[in-house]
Formats: sequence, structure tokens, C-alpha cells
Amino acid sequence: MSGGGIWGEALARLPSYLGQHVLLSVSAILLGLGISLPLALASARSRRLRGPLLSFASVVQTVPGLALLALFYPLLLALSAFTRSAFGISFGALGFLPALLALTLYSMLPVLRNTIAGLDGIDPAIRMAARGVGMTGWQSMWMVELPLAAPVIIAGIRTAAVWVIGTATLSTPVGQTSLGNYIFTGLQTENWVFVLFGCVAAAALALTIDRLLALIHDGIAMRSKLRLGAAAAGLIAVVGLGIWPGIAPAAGAVTIGTKSFGEQYILGALIQDRLERAGIASTRRDGLGSNVLFHALSGGEVDVCVDYSGTIWTNEMHRADLPGRQAVLTQMSQWLARTRGIRMLGPLGFENAYALAMRADRAQALHIRSLADLAAYAPRMKIGGDFEIFSRPEWRSVVQAYGLKFAEQRQYQANFMYRAAASGTVDVITAFSSDGQIARYDLVLLTDPRGALPPYDAVILVSHRSAGNARLIAALQPLIGSIDLTTMQRANLMVDRDTDKRSPAEVARMLSGRIGRR
Amino acid sequence: MIAFDQVSKSYGTDAAAVHNLSFTVGHGEFLVLIGESGCGKTTTLNMVNRLIAPSAGTIRLEGEDIAALDGVRLRRRIGYVFQEIGLFPHMTVEENIVVTPRLLGWPPAARAARARELMGLVRLAPERFAARFPAELSGGQRQRVGLARALAAEPKIMLMDEPFTALDPITRDDLSEEYRRIHESLGLTTILVTHDVTEAFLLADRIAVMHAGEILQIATPHELVSAPAGDFVRTLIETPRRRARKLADALEVRDAP
Repeated sequence: MSGGGIWGEALARLPSYLGQHVLLSVSAILLGLGISLPLALASARSRRLRGPLLSFASVVQTVPGLALLALFYPLLLALSAFTRSAFGISFGALGFLPALLALTLYSMLPVLRNTIAGLDGIDPAIRMAARGVGMTGWQSMWMVELPLAAPVIIAGIRTAAVWVIGTATLSTPVGQTSLGNYIFTGLQTENWVFVLFGCVAAAALALTIDRLLALIHDGIAMRSKLRLGAAAAGLIAVVGLGIWPGIAPAAGAVTIGTKSFGEQYILGALIQDRLERAGIASTRRDGLGSNVLFHALSGGEVDVCVDYSGTIWTNEMHRADLPGRQAVLTQMSQWLARTRGIRMLGPLGFENAYALAMRADRAQALHIRSLADLAAYAPRMKIGGDFEIFSRPEWRSVVQAYGLKFAEQRQYQANFMYRAAASGTVDVITAFSSDGQIARYDLVLLTDPRGALPPYDAVILVSHRSAGNARLIAALQPLIGSIDLTTMQRANLMVDRDTDKRSPAEVARMLSGRIGRR
Repeated sequence: MIAFDQVSKSYGTDAAAVHNLSFTVGHGEFLVLIGESGCGKTTTLNMVNRLIAPSAGTIRLEGEDIAALDGVRLRRRIGYVFQEIGLFPHMTVEENIVVTPRLLGWPPAARAARARELMGLVRLAPERFAARFPAELSGGQRQRVGLARALAAEPKIMLMDEPFTALDPITRDDLSEEYRRIHESLGLTTILVTHDVTEAFLLADRIAVMHAGEILQIATPHELVSAPAGDFVRTLIETPRRRARKLADALEVRDAP
């Protein structure tokens, strides 16, 4: 492993990732406090409010963090569509906003529960005394009850802060940059340095904020203005340091979007490298969900991305017919321009198609070369797929075309899927044709003589906002037709393999260098 | 000064309810409400500053119906010493004492001066105690602070709910004697609740004997002894004497050999 390079790259991304992470977490915690504290105070006085409120917060807590984040995206998308049609105002449904709202909800339970518990724990004689000396209900709350409940309330805030900072790493797939970018990128490219870096950075941030809040607690308990001052200064310093370098990309910068797998990270870095060489500033939004990315491109929140013809053909155009590789590209290009104003610059030169793969030795022994050959053996075989394939229309069409029926279906994260095939845990997998792992594990791709699988040409797409940006187009034009399947497979393998592992950025620079020399 | 006119308080449950109370407390008078636990004496006391609102009847303060007054402002005018003391644990002795003046918007300098003056009155050295927290005080010291706090906003009326009950006997005697002195020197009107008959006799100008939510008799200690209204009052007021006799007997037996 070329450790120095990867550590160096991880460090180089820290200001941006940490800054975004701090900005997001702190905003969510503050917004959460702004909502939870008044609600808790109100429900400390009214039992009718308390039950439903705590139940709601508890239910929110049981929703897995990733699902909660994912739910806000379509919700905001629908809301944005509504406000656009009703008031002519639209807002970005991607990135900061859904992450902020989900994390805010997530922060509420510990604050609510502890504030209510803290107020409940006050000796009734003290409350009686507060009334007896002539305090109003609010004076009793501010001067007596809240100060006495403060330790328990701050404990709740600390729990909320640690939860939010940890969960914020999951906001990467909805398009919000965070320390989670290390983890998602690292997981996809088996770059454990990145995964570790992301975990450690998030944990360090959580611990720092937790200690500073603990200092505030001590400051209140010991009535030490010094401690309070130090804690406040520390919090401001952490937030300031976190946000200062990483904040807001330069105005007018081009946003490059990528999906969450190695090839996309390489191509994202490649595009960034080309733009850099042309003197165009750019930022990255890495690891987006496939649909999320397309919507972001349609809305102009992402300016450039690489997508695959088959994905758009089936998922967005909802076409089931397969008129052939070239016709798909032509029709898709027209459809994109007409309905979304998206400009297709052209294909990169390779396909990353769904294709069934199996171990070369096994295929040879059974004389399986095509999907038609496979059909006879399928009922005794196990098939492994990624998380999407079995629910996609092209899977149904393959199954129909060849009459495939497998003994068992299993789903894997892409990297583990190849291993499962190599180790014999499953017999066949739904591989990606440009994946470097096919060669690495000595697998063969089965041919599709009946043309049941759509073509998956990698194409560069530019959003309507940037479609007229001549400098941008000129900078990306050399990429068209410049990467063949073998080159991409090799590039992918360099990122995926265990020994002499390279980062996507390093591989992108190599590719860019070759293109530059052409 | 304080006049109860057919005042009743009933709860859903029968606990601590009072029925049809009518009595008056004069200027500078020291009235002790005495009775067993649950007879309604604390409820009666708490209705004077509207910590509890009566279900029926009127209570007048200097002729004014207190139901027409603002409860918060009323309570700031009346000193209250709680049975459980009820000092605020997160405030220093000084902050506890001047909490009502602070609510009334006194300037800080006036508050500080008042705190020092009151600590002198209840015999707590300001330089030693002003900055302490309640947890750092003995029971007797805490109740002195509670007394000072009740007196801080210069009230004319003091309500005291078993203020000395939780204290050891010596502190208790000291403090109750001191309070009687303060009551006189400041010209206060005091209503004190207790179940200790001896304490009642030593402090009171008049004693109201309560039983099951009603006042059986309200009279000077002398009248109570010479003309008790019924068996309950007689039995109750004879308790101190009975105990004194028993004590004398016990001591004699022990001294005999």
C-alpha cells in the first residue's frame, strides 16, 4: 500500500470534510435545542403534551439514521416542487437541508427526556418555596428550576451532541459532505485508511465537543466563570476552526457529482483534474445515491457527472425496449436535452454494464459461455447480486429471456460480492463489466446472445445551468472516447486491490496524464 | 388585620380540608394554630397568602379581599417560613435572604445592606456565612437563613409553618425565643402553625385549637387552661403538664436511692 499518498490525500481533504461536518452538526444541535428546550419546558407543566411528545421522539430514535436521512430527500423534493408551483420559490432538496432536518429530529429525544426528568426531579418543597417568596411561574422556572435541573439537561445535550456528530457521517449519500465521505469512499474502494481516518476524526470531534460541554457543566456546578469562559471559548474555537477553511465553495465553482463506487470516484477526480488544468474551480459531491445524483443534475445542484446509458434508459425514461447501443445513446441524448436541459457530451468509451460472471475454472468445466448455457444449471446454483439488481427491470428481462431460475439469491455490497464468487459461496454474480475485480478473482463474463441486458455506456452529462459554459465543455471534450474497457478495468483494480493500492485521485492523475499526451 | 369569614377549602379527597373558619388576627398579634397532623392548620396558613385558594368564604387583609389582589404581589408582602425550610440549594446564604427584594427590584447595594442587617438580626456572622451554600450549614443555621429570608422585604405579616420542629431542642428554644423578640421589636403580625403545645403556650398571644378542619376554641393561653371548650381541648392543653409531672416522677424515682 502506498501509505504516504493515501494518508496525505486523507489529510488534504480534512479541512473541507471537517468543516462541513462541524457546520452541519452544530447547526443541527442548535436547531434541535431551540425546538426541544421550549417543548420540554411546556411539557414539564402540561402532562397532556408530554406523552405524545416523548413517544414521537422515541419513535424517531428507532428509525435508523441512514433511513431518516434518506426519507427527508424525497420529502423535500416534493415540498420544493410544491413551493415552486405555488409560490415560484424552490430550494435544494439535496445535501445540507435534508441532513440538517434529520439530525435535528435525531437530537431531540435526549434533550427532551433529560430536561423533563431534571425538572421532575426537583423537590416539591423547593418549588413551593419559590412560590412562597413571591416568584411567578416563569421566575420559578428561570431562577430556581432550570438552574437546579441544569446538570441533567446538560447531560442530555451531551448525549445529543455525540449522537448527532456520529450520525452526521451518514449524510454523505444524501449529498452533504461530512467526515462520512471518508467512510463511504473508503468502504467502496476498500481503502481502510480512509475508513479509519473518518471514524477517528468523527470520534475525536465528538469527544472534544463532549468534553467542552462537560466543562460548561462543571462551570455551572462550581459557579466558575473561568470554566464557563474557557468552555465557551473552546466551543467557539472548534466551530470557528472547523468552519473557517472548509466553508462555502468559491462562487461560480463547478460541482462534480459522483455515485458511491470506486469507478465513479476515479472519474470524478479525473473530471476535477481536467477542470483544474483548464483553470476552472470545482467542488465534489461524492457518494450520492444513483437517483439522488440524477435529480441533483436535473435541478442544477450538480453541474457535471458521469452516468450510464442503461441506468437512465430504464430508471428515468422507463423504457423496456432495447434498440441497440448506438440508438439508446442517441435517443437518450435527445430525451435529456428535451426534458431536463441536460447536455450529453458523449460516451467515455467503455461500458459498465450488468453482466453475469462466474469463476473461470467452473465455467470451463461446465462449458458455460453464455446466459443461454447457464439456464440449464441455474436451478442448482446460488446467485449473488448487489443491493439493486434483483429489483431492476433488466433483471426481469434477463430472467424472462433465458428462463433463469436460481436456487437462492443473496445480496452483497459490491466488493464482497466478488469475493463470494471467488470463494464459491455463490456460483454466479451480477458483476459490473468494467470492474477490476473480474480479472483479479479470475472470473469470466457470460455473453448475452439475446440482448436482454441494456447497454451501459459511461457518458458525461452537463446540467442545464452549465450546458452553455464553453470553457467547461472544452475542458471535458478530450475525455470523450478516451477510456476503453481494459483501461477502466485496470484503473478500477488499482483502487480496489489490496497490495500497492492507489487512491482514486492518484489513478485519475495517471489517466489524465495519458489523455493529455494524446 | 387578617379576617377569615366562613372560609372553607375542600379537596376531592377529604385530606386537610377545612370547614367554615371565621376568626380575626389583630395588629401585632401572635396567633398559634395548634392541632394534630392533617387537621387543616397548614391549609389554613397557606390560604392567607393564596398559596392555596379557598373554595368558599372570604379572607380580608386590612379590609381588602385577598381574592381581588394579585397572588404574586401579595406573597412578596408577606413573610413565609417553611417547615422544610426550602432554601434554594444553588444560591448562597446572601442570595437566598434577599431573593424577595430582588424580585421587587431593589438595587444591589440596598440588597447587600439588607442581607447584612438581617444576618445580624438572626445572629449569623455575615463575613462567615454570606457566601456559603445551604448544604454547608447546620439545621439551625439554615432555619435562621429561612427566617431572615422571610423578613427580607420588610413584611408586616409573617406566616410560619412548624418552623422549629426539625431542630434539636436547644436550638429550638433559642430560635423560638429569638423570634418572639423579633416579632415584638419589628411589630409584626404572626401566624404560626405547630403541633407542639409547649411551644404554643410559650409563644402565643392567642391559640387556635384545630381538629378535623374546624377551630374548636380560640383564646389566650390563660383562658384555654381555665375554661377549655370540651374534652379534646382539655386533653390537648394538659399534655405539657402531664409530661412535666411524669418527668418529675421519673427523676424522683431515680434520685430516691
